[in-house]
Order: sequence, then structure tokens, then C-alpha cells
Amino acid sequence: MIVSRIPLPYNPKVLELFRNPKNLGKMEDATVTAVAGNPLCGDMITFYLKINDQDIIEKASFESYGCAANIATSSVATEMIKGKKLENAWEISWKKVTEAVGGLPTVKFHCGILAIGALRRAIRKYYKNKKASPKWLQEELSFEEKQALEEEELAKVLAKRMQTEE
Amino acid sequence: MKNGSASKDRITMIENVKELLRAHEGLKHEVYLDIENSSTVPKEVVDAMLPYYNKRAYGNPTLTHKPGWEAFETVMESAQKIAEFLGCKTLEEINFTPGETEANNLAMMGAAFAMKDKGKKVVTSEIEPISVLHVSDALQKYGFNITKIPVDNEGFINLEKLEEAIDEETTLVSLSAANHEIGTIQPIRDALKIVKAKNSETIVHTDASDAYGKIPLNIQDSDADLATISSYKILGPRGTGALYVKEGVKLERILEGQIGTQNLWPGVENTPLIAGFAKASELAFQNFEENVNQMRKLRDKLIDGITGKISEVKLNGPKGNKRTPDNVNVSFLKCEGEALTIELSLNGVYVSSGSACTRRLLQPSHVLVAIGRKFDEAHGSILMKVTRYHKEEDIDYVLGAVSKAVERIRGIVGATGVE
Repeated sequence: MIVSRIPLPYNPKVLELFRNPKNLGKMEDATVTAVAGNPLCGDMITFYLKINDQDIIEKASFESYGCAANIATSSVATEMIKGKKLENAWEISWKKVTEAVGGLPTVKFHCGILAIGALRRAIRKYYKNKKASPKWLQEELSFEEKQALEEEELAKVLAKRMQTEE
Repeated sequence: MKNGSASKDRITMIENVKELLRAHEGLKHEVYLDIENSSTVPKEVVDAMLPYYNKRAYGNPTLTHKPGWEAFETVMESAQKIAEFLGCKTLEEINFTPGETEANNLAMMGAAFAMKDKGKKVVTSEIEPISVLHVSDALQKYGFNITKIPVDNEGFINLEKLEEAIDEETTLVSLSAANHEIGTIQPIRDALKIVKAKNSETIVHTDASDAYGKIPLNIQDSDADLATISSYKILGPRGTGALYVKEGVKLERILEGQIGTQNLWPGVENTPLIAGFAKASELAFQNFEENVNQMRKLRDKLIDGITGKISEVKLNGPKGNKRTPDNVNVSFLKCEGEALTIELSLNGVYVSSGSACTRRLLQPSHVLVAIGRKFDEAHGSILMKVTRYHKEEDIDYVLGAVSKAVERIRGIVGATGVE
């Protein structure tokens, strides 16, 4: 077991978004919601999307059980997708949100990945509910979705291992 | 040095930190409660240290000139004071090290290797400080067998399991006198007695860093062969600590170099820090009762204030006299710890968290997990330690800040993260 602390000099943009996140909170009239991560990892995000008939995101909001990096990336992701067609929203990668918050410490990359994981899950769920499968939406899970899944599994394993060690 | 000699990443990090610090400008009230990780050193202690840098005793204590003899006098008299406060038999039992981590390494590596022909079993607990656990991991790589004794939900070690774990091959036991994270005061005398009754040759070590200066402790009256104490945990300077090695107990050195006044730790004695450690000890032990009562009063005001004022909180560790007088450790449910520490910092309250987000891997505090806290409870935990220098107004300020910070972070969490 190696447990070490790390210096986390968040940049001013992350700090600003942590202090004043945009699009925060539950959306009562959301068309679709999706979650990524779980409290076991210490990071969990819920994305709420309001989508119109033309598959355009009218509104986006989030809630985050997570650190400053998680809050900041979720906040910029909701800003970036507002007014976008789902096809274009899908193209936003974790790298793009990480860039948009002015970069993150390496150990916090997974927070941005989780945010995009939640967003893509929401988009996938929307089409599943509609029983539609647009051509651009690949069947295979994207990197961010896979990573979110992996992190959730890892946290479960760790929690289980810790319990059995007791 | 030009900026070119640091990596670009580091330069960005330095710039970011400067910005973070600017965000704290204009704070009206600041309260430092992160004594677990480093301390504020009172002026009296700093004043006691300064002359030893250039006014007197700046020599090497093993050398034959005035500044050297002055240093010898200072180092020995400091050891004498600390030996007396800890209840040692002789001052030679005090071995200065650069801190708790180094003292724990010396104790465990030194004892395990000195005893390796008699056996290779080492017993410790699940809630020891990281340095003890990491040395255990290292010993395991060298072929030692490590047993970690479980604890109950308040952090008390299971004495029956301890007894079962000891046999004729057990050469080393390491158990803290008081837990660093949740303040559990172990029945350490009973525990060490159990060990010695089962195997009188076992070397017993206790990390007493959170006990020294905080709870009554007479090392000679206990069965401890080795005990670690730390300077900064009693508000002395960082960078020094000591290992008590009972007269007659043999350890192997773990570092090689020029031996000075002490056999077990080579290198030049750090006279100013040692003098500061002795001064901090003096201040902690002068009016010991009064100091402890003051800490206890502030601790309980903080605990009662938080548990009475904020919903869905859990105190980690025992209450009352079984808890170290300075320790407050609370889990705020539906609240992420790292976010909480940043929010509190922006409001002038400095604490640490058992959240995984403040660490490299996903695991939260091993102590909180060992007492049965769920991962999400550990992620929302905050550790604070009060000192005798804090005032009631400081605690009132902290209570207000914590209340507001928890409310804001819970607002971001919403219904997410609630199972």
C-alpha cells in the first residue's frame, strides 16, 4: 500500500469555477440524466440534459460529489455543450475540457474523464430511450465511458478488499 | 537561478500557487488546525532556537573548541530535559532523529534486523501512521512476516487478537500509544504487558508522537523498549524528533556516516532544532494539566458545535477522556473532503481531509476504513487539532466557517453521491 499526498496547485480558472460553478444543480425537466463514478472513488457526477426535437441541447446542468477539478470540468462541459447538437456535443473529449479549464495536475485527469463519461452516457441513454441509433454514435464505448466504468469497478474492488482485510 | 533551470510544469505550478495565495488576500481571521501535518511554532520556541545559529553553540558537539563544547552542552541538556519529561532512566536513552518518520524507521528496521536470527515475525495494527505501515511493507519485502491487529469502531486495538498473534518468533511489536488521526488513546501499558508476557524477548515499540505532551506517559513504567516522539506535534520546530531506546536494548543502525554524540544516528546534531524541541517540551509540560484542560475544552467546543449545528455528521474516534485532548475528526456525509478543505482555506481555516482526492490513489484514510467507516464517509472527513494557543473566538470562527463551507459543498453535491 502506497499512500502519498501530492501538491495540488490548481490554476486560477479551476479555482474560479470551483468558487462559482456554472449550471449547477438538479434539472427538474431534464430529458435525460446520467451518472458517472461513485462515492467509493471519491468522485461522482450527475449530468442533466434538456434536449429538443432537433437533438439540440437546450440546457445542461450538473451535480458533483467531487473535488475542485471535478467541479471545474463539469462546469465547463455544461457550458460547452449548451446549444450544441448531440452529435457535436459527443465530440467534446476529456482533453478538450481539461484544456478549457487551463489544464489539470496529472493525477486529476480522471476527474475530467469522468465528467465526459457522464455526458456521453447521457447522450447514449437519450438515443436508447428514443430507440434510435444515429450513424455517428459508435456502438463500442468511447475512451471516457470505458475509463468511467473502469474507475467504478476499481473502487468496488478496493472497497471490497479493504472490507475483507478488516 | 534563472527560470530555465526548473521544468516548465514546475514553473506553471509555482505561478498557480501564487494565484491561489492571492485568492486568500484580505482574510480577517485565520485559524491553523492542521497540527497533524505541520505546526505553527510559538515565538518563545523560535526565540529559544535563534541564538544557536550564530550566537553560541553553532559548533559541532563532538569537536574540541568552545562552540563545539557549547553545542555538546546544549544537545545534552536538551536530551536531559526531554528524557525527564518522557520518564526515561538516563539521557542516553534519547536519540535525536530528523523526525517521527526517521525514528519509526530506526525503531522498526533497527530492531527487526538486530533480532533477525531469533525470528522474523512483526506485529503492528491496522491504524498505525503511514511511516510504520510503510516500514512494515518494506520489512515484508525482506522476508519478514507482518500481522496487523484489527481495531474496533473507535480505534481500540483488539487485545485478544494481539495476544494470539505473539509467539516465540515474534521479534518486534509496534503499536501507537495514541492514534494520530482519530485520537484513540490505547490501553498501551496493558497491550505491551500482554506482548511481554507471551514473549519477553520481543522488542516493543510505540509511536508516542500523539501522546507525548498530551497524555500522562511515563515510559519507564511501561514495557516499551522503543518510543517515538515528534517535535512539531508539540509545537516545536519541524525536522526533529527522537527515539527512546531503553538502556540495554540493541538496535542496528540504518544509516551510516560520521558518528557524533549518538551511536544510532550519524551526522551532525542539529543543535537549534534540538534546543527548540526541548523548549517546546518545557512549554507543554509546564502547567501540563492546565494545557491539557484548555485543549480539551476547545476540542469539545469544536466537536459539540459541529455535531450540534450541522446535520449528518459522524465523530470519528472515541469521546471524552479516551480521546487525545487536541483531536477532532469528523465525517460530513454528502460532502467531499478535498473540496471542503479548499473552501475552508479560502475562508482562513486550515485543516486536512481523509479524502482519497487529496492522495495519489483512490483509497481514503486507512484509519477511517479500519474503524469501519464507509468509503464515502472517509472521503468527507476533516481532521483538526487544537492547541493551547487557540482561543474560544477561534473556535467560534471555525464553527461558522465549517457550517457555511459544508452547506456550499453540499449544494454542489445535491443528490449525487447519496446511495
